[in-house]
Amino acid sequence: MLEAFNFRVILEYMPLYGKCFLATLWLSALSLFGAILVGIIACAMRLSQSRFLSRAAGVYIESIRSTPLLAQLYFFYFGLPTLGIMLPEWVTGVLALTLNSGAYYAEIIRSGIQAIHFGQIEAGIASGLSYFQRMRHIILPQALGMTIRPMLGQAIVLVKDSSLLSLISIMELTRAGQLLTSERFMPTEGFLTTAAFYLIIYYMLKAFSNWSEKRLIFQEAY
Amino acid sequence: MWGFYFDELMHSLPFFLKGVWMTVAVSGLSLIAGTIVGFICGILRAGRNKILRAVIGAWVDVIRGTPFLVQVFIIFFILPSAGIELEAFPAAVIALSNLTASFICEIVAGGILAVPKGQREAATASGLSQYQQLRFIVLPQAMRTIMPPLVGQYVLLIKDSSVVSAIGVVDITRVGWLTVQRIPEGLMVFGLVGILYFAICYPLINLSAYMERRMTVVSTRL
Repeated sequence: MLEAFNFRVILEYMPLYGKCFLATLWLSALSLFGAILVGIIACAMRLSQSRFLSRAAGVYIESIRSTPLLAQLYFFYFGLPTLGIMLPEWVTGVLALTLNSGAYYAEIIRSGIQAIHFGQIEAGIASGLSYFQRMRHIILPQALGMTIRPMLGQAIVLVKDSSLLSLISIMELTRAGQLLTSERFMPTEGFLTTAAFYLIIYYMLKAFSNWSEKRLIFQEAY
Repeated sequence: MWGFYFDELMHSLPFFLKGVWMTVAVSGLSLIAGTIVGFICGILRAGRNKILRAVIGAWVDVIRGTPFLVQVFIIFFILPSAGIELEAFPAAVIALSNLTASFICEIVAGGILAVPKGQREAATASGLSQYQQLRFIVLPQAMRTIMPPLVGQYVLLIKDSSVVSAIGVVDITRVGWLTVQRIPEGLMVFGLVGILYFAICYPLINLSAYMERRMTVVSTRL
């Protein structure tokens, strides 16, 4: 298998891989940004006093967590056009990734917030801080610090999940491997190169995760 | 129109149930194989042999760092070029078992390392052999830490099994994909797909949460 490994073909396809690598980064970054936003909102709803908002967020989070991303992706891909909503594939893909990871981020942030001692929130109320001030100055800074590691873990999952977008024919890393397979019939070269590019992202995020944990412990010592 | 398609969808319910059976079969086989391999690797990873530890660690990193879809393609397309012909079903089971094993390996190793060192020392002092220590002292205590994330991992396994539909295994997701070509109501078809996954995963998620609560109660009582 390996003696027949054709580096020339990989070199020939390098520009394509470069483009697809950037596409994966870009799609993931966009979804990550959206997912954290959705996560914060869903979490605020889940923890709110209003029973309706809390229930609605609960239904959203539970139904996302109990179904596979691929089924959600197809749900939007095949479902939105029947409602008359025509979106480009990449928008559908980013939408599905955002809503999927958003539910997980909501849970991660919730665990961070609930780890904060309730006395701090009471102290905030007693000092006359508004809801948003308490969120901004007391709860979120601590919750984000405590949850940075699981959040980066979910970011890694998100990058990997973005490979499913190739199944609705969006050009990204996995799609490049599929192209190399179908055009040259070289699955070994195609998919191993794809895997190598994903590993680069993985190791970078992992290193960042380890680094940030050390930083946080460092800060806590003060 | 909606009603007509709904009747049509109800007629293809047996097809969906076949998909459920396939999902359960793929997940069930991978669950058994993945758990066995995962436990063995986890025990070795927490053991004394440095080389084995490093090798298993590298394997876990590679599996964690690449998307499952890419792993499925590598096993399905590349093993045949190495002379191992595989049908879609065994390829799916191998890929899924491999993925599950790598995650369970980390869970088990973490659980074993969380057992206080004194327990092992006391066991050595009592004259228990390596195997007896593991069987009677370390594993029973480690199981407490292992069980909740293990059940959570099984939920991920069932959800990840949807990805093998990409190589033509006719599981729930693939049935949905085939049905939507015939019944162009994406929301309805993949709504049903989602409900079927939900019915399998939701009880397991609650079981995991319940175990986590019970374990923490036990540990605070001690």
